[in-house]
Amino acid sequence: MSPEFITKYLPLYEKAAWLTVRIGFAGVLLSIVIGLLCAAILYYRIPVLTGLTAVYIELSRNTPLLVQLFFLYYGLPKIGVRTDAQACGMAGLAFLGGSYMAEAFRSGLEAVEKIQMESAQSLGMNRYQTMRYVILPQAFSISVPAFVANVIFLLKETSVFSAISLMDLMFTAKDLIGLYYKTTESLFLLVVFYLIILLPVSILGAALERRVRYARFGA
Amino acid sequence: MAGSLLQDMPGQDTACGQALLTMEHVTKQFEESLILDDISLTIKKGEVIVLVGSSGCGKSTMLRCINALEPIQGGIIRLGEEQIDPKSRGLTSIRQKIGMVFQSYELFPHMTVLDNILLAPMKVQKRKKADITEEAVILLERVGLKEKTGCFPRQLSGGQKQRVAIVRALCMHPELMLFDEVTAALDPEMVREVLDVILALAAQGRTMLIVTHEMQFARAVADRVLFLDKGKIIENAPPEEFFENPKTERAKQFLNTFSFETVKGKDKQGK
Amino acid sequence: MPDLGLEVLLKGQNMARLFTGLLAALKISLVSVVISLPLGILLGTLMTWKNPFIKAALWVYLEIIRIMPQMVLLFLVFFGTTRAFGWDLSGESASVIVFSLWGTAEMSDLVRGALISIPAHQYESGEALGLNKVQIYRYIVVPQTLRRLIPLSINLITRMIKTTSLVLMIGVVEILKVAQQIIEANRTASPNAAFGIYLVVFLLYFFACWPISMAARYLEQRWR
Repeated sequence: MSPEFITKYLPLYEKAAWLTVRIGFAGVLLSIVIGLLCAAILYYRIPVLTGLTAVYIELSRNTPLLVQLFFLYYGLPKIGVRTDAQACGMAGLAFLGGSYMAEAFRSGLEAVEKIQMESAQSLGMNRYQTMRYVILPQAFSISVPAFVANVIFLLKETSVFSAISLMDLMFTAKDLIGLYYKTTESLFLLVVFYLIILLPVSILGAALERRVRYARFGA
Repeated sequence: MAGSLLQDMPGQDTACGQALLTMEHVTKQFEESLILDDISLTIKKGEVIVLVGSSGCGKSTMLRCINALEPIQGGIIRLGEEQIDPKSRGLTSIRQKIGMVFQSYELFPHMTVLDNILLAPMKVQKRKKADITEEAVILLERVGLKEKTGCFPRQLSGGQKQRVAIVRALCMHPELMLFDEVTAALDPEMVREVLDVILALAAQGRTMLIVTHEMQFARAVADRVLFLDKGKIIENAPPEEFFENPKTERAKQFLNTFSFETVKGKDKQGK
Repeated sequence: MPDLGLEVLLKGQNMARLFTGLLAALKISLVSVVISLPLGILLGTLMTWKNPFIKAALWVYLEIIRIMPQMVLLFLVFFGTTRAFGWDLSGESASVIVFSLWGTAEMSDLVRGALISIPAHQYESGEALGLNKVQIYRYIVVPQTLRRLIPLSINLITRMIKTTSLVLMIGVVEILKVAQQIIEANRTASPNAAFGIYLVVFLLYFFACWPISMAARYLEQRWR
């Protein structure tokens, strides 16, 4: 294993890692927004939208991200939708992630007992106040483990971005292996950089889970 | 202002002695069964009504219907002049005038005792935090929980949680208080501390509708006892009359379930 | 209405080839599942034993497999083994190895979770009734564990099927590769083929996975 190779190509990996992180977090944020929206629709059983949301969730959870990306990146331009690779990456991640987040938030909401809502209503609170001060805080703390798992899952899914020509870590590794045959070094850097991205998220997530679990029990 | 809470009577709309809550021919159905069958009753301001009956006969449902947590299929429920209707826009303002305490306390687990009490008065009635806090602390002191303001519900015993729940409801200045079997889930030692609070409220002339299984308590606190059986009110009398001379067979049977004949010993005649 | 490129599907053997591609991916999943399930059950049960070394070793294995994206694992096995051991693995073999390792890790975690979720007093009441250890496992623990386990395992299988789409990236000829070939071959004849074909691939995956996840959900509700 040659250290010179490693130091020479480290910056390239770093750049690729930033790309992964940028698109990854953008996708995660978008999926949180979509997830909250869908969870609210399902929880309040809004007509028409509930059915559409259910269809969306089924479609998104039963197809791989790679296929979704191919469709977005290679397929959509054919009917006139202009896209660039980064937007596709974000859109694909948001499409996939939205349904997972919706599931996490929805089960959090439904885990809060109905009688808590009635208790708030008996005090004269309207729907918004009940949701904001009583239900959501409890639902949030219940959803945290699933939420953290989803974030890590989505960040790992970013590893398919090289399929749509985004110069992420996989792309860089494959490139270097192909060009210089320095397989060990390339793979080593690949693993290291993914660890750099994923380990902190995993540790922070576990810390968040612990903190929220403490604040929750009883009543 | 705050110190006068337990003495002052809220609900300036209704003068003492006038009808506060009226139920006219109320029916409630759930799936196939008729839970409330043509219920009519009037609760006057300052009255304490105790509702008794066998389990599952609809007592809790009646309270929940009054608070519009359940829809009714027939009849009218009125608080003062206003009709109580789950679909009406004025529902949240009517609910402010009705305070309800649940069997399972239902404190908000993610908030401290004080925040639990402050939440609704601040957000719904838009009162100033300092004022409500003053009031809350005094009330908590009255029920013996002044040091617990910063605690979370999970740190309290059942009896303490229930007392906090009562204070929380009182801080909204309701005209009518509903108690839904509030001691049923408590250990015997804690039942008394909660019942004492309710007795104190009754002594101050609060209008209350209480569902309970505690017969001696019912006897002590009630102006009238209502006996609910198969969805109908079949007894409606002052406590002495109800407990000593129930008119209906069902009521007699019900009251008998609270007394035990000795199994051991020779004399098996009733008292 | 813009040309959706769907007519390509009706040409020649295209649909059949797409299906063959899907089957290639499904085949890899099947083999990996057949390996992972029993191994996973074994390892999962081992994890519940008190031996700290086994626990630590298995925990390390689990965490490494789970934190690395499957794509990275595929690369490591496909490219790395040539370097490290001089093997010349085909894309399929590398895929099966990776998915088996991953499937075993996930399965063992599911099994461990299911086993420890059976409350202690279930064991205790069995003992109090006079049952011996084997009987307790057979009549009390295993049936309950299976009820929790089977829907989750089916969920794992669905995830595995979806993840096999990645094997395209190490050169395995599966459905996406076939799709690319078809699109390329029809570039002049049907310039919009990409839309139609990838839409069909999307739907094919959906109809492959959806019934399975529906089955899992149904079982989960029934055995709640």
